[in-house]
Amino acid sequence: MKKITVALAGNPNSGKTTIFNMLTGARQHVGNYPGVTVEKKEGLCKYAGYEITVVDLPGTYSLTAYSIEELVARNFIIEEQPNVVVDIVDASNIERNLYLATQLMEMNVPLVLAFNMSDVAKQNGLVFDIDQLSKLLEAMIVTTVGNKGKGKIKLLDAIGETARQGRMERTHKISYGEEIETELTAIETLIAGQERRLAEKYGPRWLAVKLLEQDSDVAAKVHSKEVLDAVKAGVEHLKTIFADEPEIIIAGRRYGFISGACQETVKSTVESRHTTSDMIDAVVINRILGLPIFLILMLVVFLLTFKIGKFPMDWLEQFFGWAGKTITGFWPAGSDSWLKSLLVDGVIGGVGGIIVFLPNILLLFLAIAILEDSGYMARAAFVMDRIMHRIGLHGKSFIPMLIGFGCSIPAIMGTRILENRRNRFTTIMVIPLMSCGARLAIYALIIPAFFKEKWRAPMLWLIYLIGIALAVICAKILRLTVFKGETTSFVMELPPYRRPTLKAVCIHMWQRGWMFLKRAGTIILAISIILWAAMSYPRPSDELLAGLNPEQAQQAKLEYSTVGRIGRAIEPALKPLGFDWKIGTALIGATAAKEVFVSQLAIVYAVGSAGEQSQTLREKLQANYTPLTGFCIMLFCLISTPCVATVVMTKRETNSWPWALFQFASLTILAYIITFIVYQLGSLIAG
Amino acid sequence: MGDKQLRPLSVVKEGETVKLATINAGQGLKSRLTTMGLLPNVEITVINNSHPGPFVISVKNSRMMLGRGMAHKIMVT
Ligand SMILES: Nc1nc2c(ncn2[C@@H]2O[C@H](COP(=O)(O)OP(=O)(O)OP(=O)(O)O)[C@@H](O)[C@H]2O)c(=O)[nH]1
Ligand SMILES: [Mg+2]
Repeated sequence: MKKITVALAGNPNSGKTTIFNMLTGARQHVGNYPGVTVEKKEGLCKYAGYEITVVDLPGTYSLTAYSIEELVARNFIIEEQPNVVVDIVDASNIERNLYLATQLMEMNVPLVLAFNMSDVAKQNGLVFDIDQLSKLLEAMIVTTVGNKGKGKIKLLDAIGETARQGRMERTHKISYGEEIETELTAIETLIAGQERRLAEKYGPRWLAVKLLEQDSDVAAKVHSKEVLDAVKAGVEHLKTIFADEPEIIIAGRRYGFISGACQETVKSTVESRHTTSDMIDAVVINRILGLPIFLILMLVVFLLTFKIGKFPMDWLEQFFGWAGKTITGFWPAGSDSWLKSLLVDGVIGGVGGIIVFLPNILLLFLAIAILEDSGYMARAAFVMDRIMHRIGLHGKSFIPMLIGFGCSIPAIMGTRILENRRNRFTTIMVIPLMSCGARLAIYALIIPAFFKEKWRAPMLWLIYLIGIALAVICAKILRLTVFKGETTSFVMELPPYRRPTLKAVCIHMWQRGWMFLKRAGTIILAISIILWAAMSYPRPSDELLAGLNPEQAQQAKLEYSTVGRIGRAIEPALKPLGFDWKIGTALIGATAAKEVFVSQLAIVYAVGSAGEQSQTLREKLQANYTPLTGFCIMLFCLISTPCVATVVMTKRETNSWPWALFQFASLTILAYIITFIVYQLGSLIAG
Repeated sequence: MGDKQLRPLSVVKEGETVKLATINAGQGLKSRLTTMGLLPNVEITVINNSHPGPFVISVKNSRMMLGRGMAHKIMVT
């Protein structure tokens, strides 16, 4: 077995991850918008005596990086020097996609071009003379349809062949015109003489071009003052000739080379690939209709979450009810066994209490999957740009925020697509205000307990909108204070709409759903057991319970337990928010993971009640709290304390504990203040 | 075409096709736009100009969104 490393590079959204999944059998995240992949991922693939380490990279338009995820791609290609680079080219958009290829050619990397999306290209009437193009670009070209798995073997053959050939000097050089070539030759000669190590690794021509392009990273590698001086003089000289930056002229020449190559080899039989997409966009991103359409789509999602989710949820509830009864049946009636309580109150109560919401959560994830695969994601960024602009961010920030509806962790990573540090940090800080899937479980518990059927979806919608509104306000405040600076503008490719395939959408939905289940079966299970123990021990002596009826005795035991004592201690602080000590301890538990709030309440009410359980948790909540308290619970959970995993992620992506702790503390304080105001006002109005 | 008035892309109406002349921006932004295909003499069609919001333009047969601020900086004829 010969071991080789193959990097998948290419423009954003050209299908790199799709090809990666095809080659390695992995299930990495794919979506129809630029910037899905923001870190490199590795996978293995064995073929014809090769053990290939395939590396999926974030998308990049060129080897000059402007944002963090592009830097990841650039560094890997330049520094790690993989055995073969496969440039995944969106064949339906050939000219702009070959730009990166020209740079790879210049580096003399062993290069394979995968003309992906060849189905779309064909549909748009593009016909390629592959042989001729392959000769011009001096690289093997394979046509692929990534999402249908077509072209895998041919691609692997091409990779093997190219790996055998190794690095090669290309004969067709892009000619940059006499003036630039003169400078290049001079610099090349100097490099070859003075920077031998660099020249050996990267090739003098590539270095010379990059230096004339004023690539600061490459310039930082060069130590020879003579070379740097020559570059500086060259740049000045070229500037006076062209009245423009040399890099613009160089880019123009590259595009010229591509145009030339395509003129000979690409025939177009139909104009424009975008007509259907443009027609949809005329409505969807219309200046007046755009925002209402977005809001209505959201409402529809929530309606379906409740309407369709209700039935499987009822079944699951019945199932766990039955399981609880069956297990209780193993013990004689009225038994005080700790094991029974652990199993029924702790495990079934805590874990089952969460799993019943799986149907709602799956439906939400389904909506997110469709949002990502259809191409609407980029449109949402467009529609929101106006609002985002007012708060000093831009539309692109809204993409990670939307991802936050699934989970804050990938959302915070997704901010890597934002070029500007201030924008990025601001966005990271407010992402926890986007209600994640775990918080949906809390809402799905509270809303049906306190609100009539027809108000449920609008209520959920309202909570999500409050989250967005608060995120907007907080971002504005941050931009006016700690992240002060001018507002930048954005540019982003708008992918054509694609019909999401059932399979892809189901995979996405299930992957996220499975994560949720796995958490329920591991972390939440463990926490539930701990919580159960903390709610059952220490036990008061019998004298203390003398004279109490069973219900009162149970309450007394609960209050005597560890959780009871903690709860009692913090109760005064939470009283003004309308929360009793049971909710208070559940809120503390929720910092570990938001779902724990639900488990904790389930366990508290199971442990705290005497005899067999006939009521569901929802009915108990209804009996104990007012709708105002219900609303305040949701509000507090929405705003407060991002879960531990989010804090750790914020630390990682901002590379600073202070920022992570700032986020944690300020959101918690904000939650307290807002809930306080709402509860006090609400109590006043309700009299 | 060449003798037409230089104006920012932001004032171009929907459906109009223009030619890019220069980009009035710092070196970084300029080269970023260039690598994405927005180079001198390239044809730009404005698909959506949702005043005062962002833009959709067509460049080399693909669609791009631009913030309004960006469109101010792109000079066309
Ligand atoms: N019609 C068609 N669609 C494809 C093909 N390959 C990928 N797609 C779709 O194109 C979109 C982008 O695919 P990804 O694999 O996420 O693209 P990527 O290059 O990894 O994107 P980034 O990580 O954002 O740079 C997805 O919606 C895919 O389903 C193809 O050959 N034909
Ligand atoms: Mg990807």
